[in-house]
Amino acid sequence: MSEIKDYSGYDHPNSDHSTYDYPDNRGHFGPYGGIFVGETLMPALEELKRQYARLKQDPAFWAEFDYDLAHYVGRPSPLYFAERLTQKLGGAQIYLKREDLNHTGAHKVNNTIGQALLARAMGKTRLIAETGAGQHGVATATVAARLGLECHVFMGTDDIKRQSANVYRMKMLGANVVGVDSGSRTLKDAMNEALRDWATHVDNTYYIIGTVAGPHPYPMLVRDFQAVIGREAKAQSLAQIGRLPDSLVACVGGGSNAIGLFYPFIADTAVRMIGVEAGGLGLASGKHAATLNTGHPGVLHGNRTYLMTDDDGQIADTHSVSAGLDYPGVGPEHSWLKDLGRAEYAAVTDAEALDAFRVLTRSEGIIPALESSHAVAYAIKTAPLLPREHVMVVNLSGRGDKDLHTVADIDQIKI
Amino acid sequence: MSRIQSTFSRLRASGRKALIPYLTAGDPDLPTTLGLMHALVSHGADIIELGYPFSDPSSDGPVIQRAVERALARNTRLKDVLGLVKQFRASDQNTPIVLMGYLNPVEHMGYAAFAEAALSAGVDGVLIVDLPPEEAQEPKAILRAAGLDTIFLVAPTTDPGRMERICKESSGYVYYVSLKGVTGAAHLDIASVQANLALLRTHTDLPIGVGFGIRDAESAARIASVADAVVVGSALVSRIALLKPEVSYTPAQLREQIALIAAMRTAMDAR
Repeated sequence: MSEIKDYSGYDHPNSDHSTYDYPDNRGHFGPYGGIFVGETLMPALEELKRQYARLKQDPAFWAEFDYDLAHYVGRPSPLYFAERLTQKLGGAQIYLKREDLNHTGAHKVNNTIGQALLARAMGKTRLIAETGAGQHGVATATVAARLGLECHVFMGTDDIKRQSANVYRMKMLGANVVGVDSGSRTLKDAMNEALRDWATHVDNTYYIIGTVAGPHPYPMLVRDFQAVIGREAKAQSLAQIGRLPDSLVACVGGGSNAIGLFYPFIADTAVRMIGVEAGGLGLASGKHAATLNTGHPGVLHGNRTYLMTDDDGQIADTHSVSAGLDYPGVGPEHSWLKDLGRAEYAAVTDAEALDAFRVLTRSEGIIPALESSHAVAYAIKTAPLLPREHVMVVNLSGRGDKDLHTVADIDQIKI
Repeated sequence: MSRIQSTFSRLRASGRKALIPYLTAGDPDLPTTLGLMHALVSHGADIIELGYPFSDPSSDGPVIQRAVERALARNTRLKDVLGLVKQFRASDQNTPIVLMGYLNPVEHMGYAAFAEAALSAGVDGVLIVDLPPEEAQEPKAILRAAGLDTIFLVAPTTDPGRMERICKESSGYVYYVSLKGVTGAAHLDIASVQANLALLRTHTDLPIGVGFGIRDAESAARIASVADAVVVGSALVSRIALLKPEVSYTPAQLREQIALIAAMRTAMDAR
């Protein structure tokens, strides 16, 4: 009886992507994106859209954003040539975009800085956020502390267990961490609860969504704030190697670090863009979070996008060793880039990601987040097959300190 | 004239207001839901809002979330809910049924397939909570072409411009959400409801139902004094939550369990 919607006949733009200009005014990336929420939130989203449209044209807004990124976050983050890893792999040259060196240890803070400026401009006094691995929660709690705003972070109780260090960091920063015990007790349920809280406290509350998902305008504005990653990587490539890279690799859960890296390169069609999803125990096992590899279009958390569901349209339980990738949806712009054929989406397993975690740590002295380890794993798998002239930029979206307990548990080591 | 329209015109003629209970199909199981639907009618319910489960009910409070989890734990599918309506129709041809839930299960089935199945099961209207009018054009056209009413929500945050748009897209009735928040919240403000309903009536002649936050006979009667219909969800579902799956309850037991609805009916009619 199921009749999966097929968007393949959707009006595709010209193939060179030089006119790529998404989303449209109602938040659509082709057939994806849009606004699918209860009526209570519609006016708040309209207001956010208006305010962002205004501030987007305001040079003073971006000047403050750039100032904060430089002086508070520590940008630009280096584009680092991973020489020993490259030698070890014997193929493509691996460059790491070092988002792990940002204040708070991941790319997430680029977005929370931007959205906190928006919240302040809108006169909101209370910040809420959802978090999976805790990186976005920490980044939100951090900007809340800096601006003196009340902060509540929703987090699945399963994730609270596996990311206890970040829970403690958020509490230290003065945030209230609200455990979410419904559904699968992970990121998607935290997002449901944040949406409920927002509907209840919509007058004084700003919801800082942490990824390029959610209802319009979130996928657009989170992308715009994260695009600093790709702009820097582009300029750094030109300065350091005298040309653009041949490929870009980033992990994809909701997909904010990947969009951040990819977006400024979309019209540069010679640059391959590869998003790496969480293959969990393997795609055949069904225990994974590889939405773009195995899912189909549907509607969740305010937007239409690829989803992992059962044959009744119920959202599937996902699995990944990495809490930040353990999400059954994906940002709508990734769905569109997949359909356009502009980006490719691969998957690596938990085991491959854990192996990459160790390889990068031992070869470069850099401990990557388990999320970012998925991108590194893809590089480890494919670099040996590529020529030595090939330059591959891997987004090292976060550092792995938060994952030491998880890895130690897997290794059956007590720390 | 649709079953929903004729229900409202009959009520209007007798000077009464509609009582619209919401319950989640499959909580505690489908046979008991069927018994509860008949019990609701015998208590004086005029229209039944029948929830089909969705794994991520982000507009619902804890009471309905748990009901949905119980229904999903028993693997209640959208097609099972349509089957339930068909069973109900076998012995009740008069009480309108409005399916209420989230978009993804409907989109997954396919709008046309869903519209056809819903119509043949005896469904009268559809209320999809995460489908605002801006995104509703295609599904609305398909549902309406099949003769199903499309009910949309208006919230306290909705400005007059959106009110007009939403009323234009609605048929059957308009559902006014009485408070900012999720289903089952507690802070009902009758004065603000009354003011917003007055504004809403300048945009539509459709009956207006009010829901969210109505928990007892007294609040039902107060809402009935300003609205055309009173929707009660979490207060009912929290009583249904005490029932167990795989128990053959007698009609009398089910009526007793949801006596709240009879009390609401009495209070609404006595006002």
